[in-house]
Amino acid sequence: MPPELAVETTGLRKSYGDVQALGGVDLRIDPGMVFGLLGPNGAGKTTAVRILTTLLQPDEGSARVAGFDVVREPARVREHIGLAGQYAAVDENLTGFENLEMVGALYHLGRRAARRRAGELLADFDLTDAGGRLVRTYSGGMRRRLDLAAALVARPPVLFLDEPTTGLDIRSRLGLWDAMEALVAGGTTVLLTTQYLDEADRLAERIAVIDQGLVIAEGSPNELKMQVGGDRLEIHLCDGQRGEEAIAALTSIASDRPFIENGSVSVPVAQRRGTIADAVRRLDDAGIAIDDISVRTPTLDDVFLNLTGRATEQAEEEAA
Amino acid sequence: MTAIQYAVSDTFVLAKRSLKRIPRQPDLLVGFTIQPIMFVLLFVYVFGGAIDTGPLDYVDFLIPGIIVQSMVFGGFVTALGLAEDLKKGLIDRFRSLPMWGPAVVAGRILADVGTNVIQLVIMFGVGIAVGFRFNSSVPEIIAGLALLLFIGYAFSWVFAFIGLSASSPEASNAYGFTILFPLTFISSAFVPVETMPDWLQPIAEHNPFTTMVDAARALFVGTEAGNDVWAAVAWSVAIIAVFSMLSVWRYRRAVGR
Repeated sequence: MPPELAVETTGLRKSYGDVQALGGVDLRIDPGMVFGLLGPNGAGKTTAVRILTTLLQPDEGSARVAGFDVVREPARVREHIGLAGQYAAVDENLTGFENLEMVGALYHLGRRAARRRAGELLADFDLTDAGGRLVRTYSGGMRRRLDLAAALVARPPVLFLDEPTTGLDIRSRLGLWDAMEALVAGGTTVLLTTQYLDEADRLAERIAVIDQGLVIAEGSPNELKMQVGGDRLEIHLCDGQRGEEAIAALTSIASDRPFIENGSVSVPVAQRRGTIADAVRRLDDAGIAIDDISVRTPTLDDVFLNLTGRATEQAEEEAA
Repeated sequence: MTAIQYAVSDTFVLAKRSLKRIPRQPDLLVGFTIQPIMFVLLFVYVFGGAIDTGPLDYVDFLIPGIIVQSMVFGGFVTALGLAEDLKKGLIDRFRSLPMWGPAVVAGRILADVGTNVIQLVIMFGVGIAVGFRFNSSVPEIIAGLALLLFIGYAFSWVFAFIGLSASSPEASNAYGFTILFPLTFISSAFVPVETMPDWLQPIAEHNPFTTMVDAARALFVGTEAGNDVWAAVAWSVAIIAVFSMLSVWRYRRAVGR
């Protein structure tokens, strides 16, 4: 018998009035994997997490988490999951230690075990010094770390992280990523939702891209990038009028037909090694001057644009 | 442990959490200690001379009334806390844990009973210091204390409903006070109803606060009880029945998205 899936959903649907949040979602997540659920705001990511963590009932379809049905056996599901949400769900009027101790007590760990576990987690998340302080004195990054620690109190086999780094500065995000990577090394299955493509790229082994309540693509980050083509050589010429001549000179090293995009010559190539030197030599021979040349690997931003015809919000923010 | 033991333990864990915040928030601490003392002193010394309460000393008239009022407002931390928990996503965390779900509300209300006991001690202590004297039997006094806590418990459900319905902790505070404050004043709590204008007297007489205050007065200082004690219990039971149902309904609505 194959090992049981950590998360399995079949035809999951949920609507709020006329608004369809999920339009029939099928997911299969193997144990011990980081699975990224990627999509813009309002794509249905949070609705999916809320159903899988028993906070919300689906309208149709079924879902199993750690082998238990979320609708028929919610109590069993809750014993096997941890949830860290978009908002750091910690009590501001308790200390960091008291927050973790309370969560431990509510998992029914027993008083001594709950206190021991709280101490361990504070150490793991670099909060030992702050553990005796009230959470309302914590920074945003510290609250998120405490929130993540609270999700781990009972060492749940399946962890749901709903946009764990949204709204954090770069430094805090990097710190949280390190913490998550350490977790995964410990064998926890993680379902991570994010609107940050670099986050999914760095942390997730498999990614489902979700848009308007439907999964529109699924695969490893590399597979998704391959869908929009492999590496490309991008060349900006000193004289923009000579693009066609450059294409003629480079066709023999291209893996696919070169083309002109935004005034640059774009050449799909099969391998990166030596490509730039080769291209510079050929253009030099043809007497075409180069302003700038680089090899570009597609990012998940390209994947998203390709799949939905829309740029991601993050890319839009950066462009703005 | 059995399911019932877990339910009790979860409720106590969350009640403890609710109580811990009081000494840590100066405004709450003042609300629970200095404010009731201040009210007793202001009413006794500022209004006391101007209000004629017949054969009863004003302080004996006032203390049962002002204590009923403080029991009614004792639950406002529940409204504040539930509104905050909803806003900040803590309710979601609790609901994803293998705990007894209703403990989220039950823990708060249990904590209110605890703070109400403390308020009773403070207010009777201050009352006795300024001249209040019990004028009834020990069983009556015990019954009176039980009634006060029962009234406080009933109004915790009103505040639970307010907290679950309000859009923010601040709004829950505003609703609680603007609705309940006038109701407590248009009653026999601070002045005899007979001194009010004719049109207001029937409202004050039918106000459940008047019934509750008259019941407390009967049990503590031996005024004529009539049906007031049983009527006060009946009012409390009715408030619990209505507002616990409303709270459950609001809770399901608030979290079902």
